[in-house]
Amino acid sequence: MYEIMDKRELNPTVTMMDIYAPDVAAKAKPGQFIILRVNSIGERIPLTIAGCSKKDGTVKIIFQIVGATTLYLNRLNKGDRLCDFAGPLGRPTELDGLKKVCIVGGGVGCAIAMPVAQKLHEMHCTVHSIIGFRNKDLVILEDEFTAASDKLTIVTDDGSYGEKGVVTEPLKRALENGEGYDEVIAIGPLVMMKFVVATTKPYNVKTVVSMNPIMVDGTGMCGGCRLTVGGKTRFACVDGPDFDGFEVDFDEAMKRGSMYRDDEKHAYEENCRLLNSKEAQ
Amino acid sequence: MANMSPKKQPMLLLNAEDRAETFAEVALGYSENEAQIEASRCLNCKNSPCVGGCPVNIQIPDFIKLITEGNYEGAYQKIAEESALPAVCGRVCPQERQCEKVCVRGIKAEPVAIGRLERFVADYHNNHMTDNKMPVEPNGHKVAVIGSGPSGLTCAGELAKKGYDVTIFEALHIAGGVLVYGIPEFRLPKKTVQKEVDGLRKMGVKIKTNTIIGKTFTIDELMNEDGFEAVFIGSGAGLPKFMNIPGENARGVYSANEFLTRINLMKAYQPDSPTPIIRPKRAIIVGGGNVAMDAARCAKRLGSEVYVLYRRTRAELPARKEEVEHAIEEGIVFGFLTNPIKINTDEFDNVKSVTCQNVNLSEPDATGRARPVPIENSEFDIKADAVIMALGTSPNPLIKSTTEGLDTNNRGGITVDEKEETSIPGVFAGGDAVTGAATVILAMGAGKRAAKSIDDYIQSKNK
Repeated sequence: MYEIMDKRELNPTVTMMDIYAPDVAAKAKPGQFIILRVNSIGERIPLTIAGCSKKDGTVKIIFQIVGATTLYLNRLNKGDRLCDFAGPLGRPTELDGLKKVCIVGGGVGCAIAMPVAQKLHEMHCTVHSIIGFRNKDLVILEDEFTAASDKLTIVTDDGSYGEKGVVTEPLKRALENGEGYDEVIAIGPLVMMKFVVATTKPYNVKTVVSMNPIMVDGTGMCGGCRLTVGGKTRFACVDGPDFDGFEVDFDEAMKRGSMYRDDEKHAYEENCRLLNSKEAQ
Repeated sequence: MANMSPKKQPMLLLNAEDRAETFAEVALGYSENEAQIEASRCLNCKNSPCVGGCPVNIQIPDFIKLITEGNYEGAYQKIAEESALPAVCGRVCPQERQCEKVCVRGIKAEPVAIGRLERFVADYHNNHMTDNKMPVEPNGHKVAVIGSGPSGLTCAGELAKKGYDVTIFEALHIAGGVLVYGIPEFRLPKKTVQKEVDGLRKMGVKIKTNTIIGKTFTIDELMNEDGFEAVFIGSGAGLPKFMNIPGENARGVYSANEFLTRINLMKAYQPDSPTPIIRPKRAIIVGGGNVAMDAARCAKRLGSEVYVLYRRTRAELPARKEEVEHAIEEGIVFGFLTNPIKINTDEFDNVKSVTCQNVNLSEPDATGRARPVPIENSEFDIKADAVIMALGTSPNPLIKSTTEGLDTNNRGGITVDEKEETSIPGVFAGGDAVTGAATVILAMGAGKRAAKSIDDYIQSKNK
């Protein structure tokens, strides 16, 4: 179970894997996530499903190397197996009845936005995609977005590829031009989603955001993933991960999201050091 | 002639000062000699009220008599007739509210230490006997059990004994439910749980981990596509409650479930565990149940100074008496008649203090319980860098929300009849998923009754 059937590095810090997990693949829908453990002492980390093949029984995950667990995950290769892989968890993104949607993806969040764009495209919905990255080297999934979008805008912070700037600029232009979106779906760093919401709010265009907070079990048991939505505490794992962007308290979510940043950084550096010294031997 | 000592034979405990450094088991159990002394306190009285006080009706005087005869394995087998998890229950049952509460010896002095004797017998068995559990002749009927906590393990064990082909579906990566994610190592060693789970596997029970019923599979699919003739839902009470006070989502506020899961399931206290946990200088635990005691004692072992705030008095603490005593020995400070009303934070949103209010207890209301009434202008602040909410849990809604026709009550518990059958024919439920957070032994009792009902249901259907 949970064999890595394929592995591809999308950029120096982002990797895509297809994992053999037929039970998960049979049920997975865009917007849902899985929880995995790399080894028997590993931590449980949630990753949003980036696609699946029901025929091959595989689930696609795309992850950025940010901590010790993703570092170890990235060291596994085709043919290796994961210790645990559970899902699909969370509610799928609600796409029924949508006719024209703007998908806004930022960085590795584009991995999660991609299956949503693909599904909408299959449904013959008009899809405008705006995807943003720090620079040209970090651009991922351009071909996939090109295929799934009626219109694709790529932006980079430094202008080394596509438009120079951030995703909210082309979004604002589109809204000003009266594109008439049924919905904007924003998936990316919290700060990006916060500004997407600030951009769409004056136009009162429904904006759905995908939250990816710290989790342990993923089934509603621990409450670690709680966030404030419309003044109420909600659990991202069972009530989300998608929420109405106008209602989400992003500032609180950003503070909670950095709760273990020092531990993560320490663990990452410690493990890099260990791995390098092992390789040097 | 019975030993007429008014006191229970004490059980050796790990030195209280040493406990702050280790997650090793605190209560060390009886030696053979101590067990003999304690067992001889039982009067073997004719009407045996203790048996009625036990939710699974263990034949208590019988097993104690076998101890006095030195037949420890016989005593184990006697308990095993009624209970699937003796080593667990001997450690975590609230005996003072069950069997020991009604013990005749308890009228004038301390009751017989039934729990400690149960534990002795179970440990003796586990240390001296190799389990020769084997699958029994299969009867050709498939049953699905959802959740591998106390009710699920018991139900699966009972059905396997009758020859059913049982599969347990567990959402987490290991089996045991609250026994592994909730109850800490120092109170219930995980190898004890593992032994019970391994025993079920030897009996032919299949355990599918990483499988979330309601997500990976639905109950409809189990019954209509996968050939399971009956389903038992033992999904527990996983959903933590919060107080809904300001600051509750600050950095450093945990539900007890999260705090305990990080520590017990993910071993965050061990240096090689990649799962992070805050190691607070001062932790405040809110609540007075077993979970609050577990969280408090875990925090202590992470190096914290620990305060437990409870809005009633020591007499009303719902926790097992022994846990409260152990917590106090370990230096945990209790603030009774105290209720937090606000969590204060620094500029980075880290917990910095808790504003509390003193309360008085009202006259008992219609339910017989005294209600805490706030005392005006009694607010005060306690410095803290972590707050752990141990306020109880509600049944997990995942299965309810994905199973059409499954009735629940207004507290989210699955509705069952006296046979533990739900509103869907062939679907049974028990344990915390039905009652809300309760005890291991009550969940086991429900699992056992459900197994009996499932057997009746399948046998009558196939007549």
